[in-house]
Amino acid sequence: MKRRVSVVECPGGPLLVRGADEVVSADGSVAAVERSVVAVCRCGRSDRLPWCDDSHKDRAKRKKKRAQES
Amino acid sequence: MIRLPEPCGPLSEGVVRALRARPDGPHAVAEPRAMGDVEYPLTDRDFQLALWMLYELHYGGFEDVPPEVEWDPLLIVSRAALERTLEHAVRRLVGPVSVPDGDITRALVKLTTASGPSEVARFLHRRATRAEFCSYLRERAVYHLRESDPQSFVLPRISGAAKTALAELQNDEYGAGEPSRQHQLLFAQALTSLGMTTDLTSYVEEAEGATLASVNVMSLFALNRRLRGAAMGHLAAFEATSSIPCDRILRGARRLRLPEEVAAYYDEHVEADAIHEQLAIRGICARLAEDEPDLTDDIMLGALACLAVDGLAGDVLLQGWQADRAERTSREAG
Repeated sequence: MKRRVSVVECPGGPLLVRGADEVVSADGSVAAVERSVVAVCRCGRSDRLPWCDDSHKDRAKRKKKRAQES
Repeated sequence: MIRLPEPCGPLSEGVVRALRARPDGPHAVAEPRAMGDVEYPLTDRDFQLALWMLYELHYGGFEDVPPEVEWDPLLIVSRAALERTLEHAVRRLVGPVSVPDGDITRALVKLTTASGPSEVARFLHRRATRAEFCSYLRERAVYHLRESDPQSFVLPRISGAAKTALAELQNDEYGAGEPSRQHQLLFAQALTSLGMTTDLTSYVEEAEGATLASVNVMSLFALNRRLRGAAMGHLAAFEATSSIPCDRILRGARRLRLPEEVAAYYDEHVEADAIHEQLAIRGICARLAEDEPDLTDDIMLGALACLAVDGLAGDVLLQGWQADRAERTSREAG
């Protein structure tokens, strides 16, 4: 059976990825996918990149990021 | 199978007496008079323990209690009476429920983002002593040793995409094909690493009323088909407010240099619950509301109930730690 890989967008949150083997980050580091579904961070605030750790909701982190950007 | 807990008042005594009655004889119904004395059901240990035992018959059951007792009509009558009181108290605590424009996804995201940082997690992160951290694990053991089991009862009660998403979430909770990765077992290993028992009854006997309430609310929602929407809303709120607190608790465990098994449990939940949050809100609740729009308010009720009842249980723990510290300080001063 052909394996299906899918990516689901969660507005304001991560990407849900099913069926992938690995996630390659911009710096070339490879994270192996060890779950049937993973949440890939999109905001860059996660302490566990490439995985989402819900930091997009962390108010202190949001403020810090805004301060860095301005 | 676990042993029956020691009762702590008229209601739990009534249930223990009924469960220990001969299997062929009639079982006593918990006295309605005693029910009238329950002023604050959500923090009433006797009330919650009585209901917890009646629910446990549908999970693992008790040693020395015949399995037929699970569906004993008189005990079901008792359970229903206790459940009515619990449901009423939960609805009162939650207040009016509304979902603007019927958009359950937006309502759940907004609710769980606005809920703010957990005071309990903050305390465990920065301040708790080893003894206080262990007392937290003892309270939470009542749920974590049975983690995710209540929601499994909902699977046959929903259908379509929501069912697939719930199965996917539960599969992860139950180890995704790897028995040793079951979250319940990871928690048991954390307890063992600290030299603590994995006997659920021991923890139930010591747990606060509000802690038992937080578990009973899950069973109330999951074991009553009409409340399946609330069960799934509760799950969504639980998962969506778990990652960040688990990260703080993990840091607390590292600060206290607790065994790696303790850190591993919370470490797993930072990542897993960030996924489960999306599955629960978008995969389960949004699709359930689409299939059965009449359940939309119930989904929100469940989410609000989760935050309110778990918040209450957290407050009770924080107050306990503060009182113990104050007592120690005054003893040392005196």
